[in-house]
Amino acid sequence: MSLPNGGGSVGWVPQQAALYRRLTVEENLLLFARLEGHEDPHASVEEMLALTGLGERRAEIVARLSGGNQQRVNIAIGLLSQPVVLLLDEPSVGLDPRQRARLWEFISGLAGGGATVIFSTHDIQEAERYGERLLVLADGEALFDGSPSGLREVVRREAPEAADQDFETAFVAFLHHRGH
Amino acid sequence: MRWLLLKDLQILRRSPLQAVLLVAYPILIALLVGLAISRDSDKPRVAFLNEVPPGSRVSVGEAELPAVEVDERICRRVECVHVESRAEAAEKVRDGDVLAGLILPADLVDQINSLSTPRPGSPQVEVIVNEEDPVKAQLVNDRITSLLAQANLLIAKRIATEGGKFLDLVVNGGDFEILGQTIEILGLQASAQILETLRPALPAGQLRDELDRVVQFTDLSRSNLDVGGVLLSRLSQPIAVDKQVVSGASPPLELFAIAVAATLTLTFVVVLLVAGSLALEREENAFARLTRGLVSRSGLLTEKIGLGLAVGAVVTLLMLGGLEIFVSLAWERFGLWLAAIFAGGAALGAAGAALGAAAREVRAVSLLAFMVSLPIAFLSLIPSGAVSGGLYDAIGVVTALFPFKPTLRAMTAGLDSGGGIGGPLLHLAALTAAYALFARFALRRFTAA
Repeated sequence: MSLPNGGGSVGWVPQQAALYRRLTVEENLLLFARLEGHEDPHASVEEMLALTGLGERRAEIVARLSGGNQQRVNIAIGLLSQPVVLLLDEPSVGLDPRQRARLWEFISGLAGGGATVIFSTHDIQEAERYGERLLVLADGEALFDGSPSGLREVVRREAPEAADQDFETAFVAFLHHRGH
Repeated sequence: MRWLLLKDLQILRRSPLQAVLLVAYPILIALLVGLAISRDSDKPRVAFLNEVPPGSRVSVGEAELPAVEVDERICRRVECVHVESRAEAAEKVRDGDVLAGLILPADLVDQINSLSTPRPGSPQVEVIVNEEDPVKAQLVNDRITSLLAQANLLIAKRIATEGGKFLDLVVNGGDFEILGQTIEILGLQASAQILETLRPALPAGQLRDELDRVVQFTDLSRSNLDVGGVLLSRLSQPIAVDKQVVSGASPPLELFAIAVAATLTLTFVVVLLVAGSLALEREENAFARLTRGLVSRSGLLTEKIGLGLAVGAVVTLLMLGGLEIFVSLAWERFGLWLAAIFAGGAALGAAGAALGAAAREVRAVSLLAFMVSLPIAFLSLIPSGAVSGGLYDAIGVVTALFPFKPTLRAMTAGLDSGGGIGGPLLHLAALTAAYALFARFALRRFTAA
């Protein structure tokens, strides 16, 4: 799995799938490839279909896809701008656990392919599981910047009573200790 | 931009109901208007029963109107549905097959003929109407009043003509036929000449003075009765109409109906399509993605207006083509039709974009488009004089702010050579610019919401 090269921009993927539900997967990708000014939009579509694993469902109307697959197409459209950095705004909201797992597998594949993926989430377990670097923002204040294990260490120092709890409980104790 | 246009057409194709409505709507409008204007609107269907015995003649002086001529005269003005009885006429009126029933009773001719006797009767015709619908009742009332006025006018003219002949006989003399015999009438003119000839033979004195008085009387009578003939001819139609058109060279009614149908079609197709497709961009969350560098807001607006314009023009031309089945259109004026359609379509598209940007949701925008377009269309069709002056001015201001009326004026001028198209086109250009600016401004709220 690899990202298209030659971009340099920041790709943005909104929380709600920003695509046309009455068009097919392929038509959506082709439209945005054309709008992005790709020299060979059909080749870009093939690349994205391979990346998302939706090649067999290319002719399917997007409205008939599951929420997870719609989000995949949504992310693929974001990738069409050939970004160096991909911003995902709460990508897993509204998905069931199985769809969420598939989506994160896809996003992890992108990161593994060389892309820098920045995602926002309210699900701290997801952040611990899939994030390599966490930035904790509360009421506009940056409370932490580091790895998930680093956050555990901070919790152990500042709220030792929650250090051995699950990550979400420890995180809430950390926020409480910092006055949020 | 062309890719967005292609995308919108693909979406349109994927919405079978919408696509069918877009095609079916102009066909339906064309059929309705075509059927309406292909029927002679001046000839309402009337159940007609003539009980007057065959051979009866209406006599006015020497002139006689054969009964069959009365039938023809009535059936030239209304579409006669001949019935056998009064009950049948009433049933047809009740069922709505005909607008009214007209019955000429058996004694009608006798009653008319009695008008010139010392004991005049009161001739009456019977009319059967169904007044469950006030509009229909008013229409029937107007038609009957008009028919009776025409019949009365015809009889009055005949009476005036015959009266004029009698006067002419009294003044100038001539032959008069009565009971198969011809009687010579000397006339005032000849009488005066004879008296003038006899005058010198009489000696001066009382007898001659009396003769002079008679001569003077015949001269005076002749002069005044000459005027009386003119007055009598005026009696049948004392007031003549001299129509001066001060503005608005009126197109034929059928062309105006076609212009209204075309403008309605263009309005609904363009406004609904542009407003709906713009609102859809927001509903699909695509607006923010598109306007982050892929398409400018102005570009998006232009594309939407172009979409409405293209689809609206095709649908309107289809409708006009359909109307060709019923009425012959001036295809040599095709360029002017196109100018009206494109200028109107652009202004309506800009208005649709403003609605779409303001309402932002497809359902809300569809409702809003109907709620705005329909009353404006009705208001635009109110003629001057139908309401008070102040209210008409207010309606004029409101309708001038929406593109329907200028589009109708441009379309009417395009279809008919009677009016200028330049003014409406300029008006539409100004509205296009104003609504496009409003829509562009409203789009700033689009992302924020």
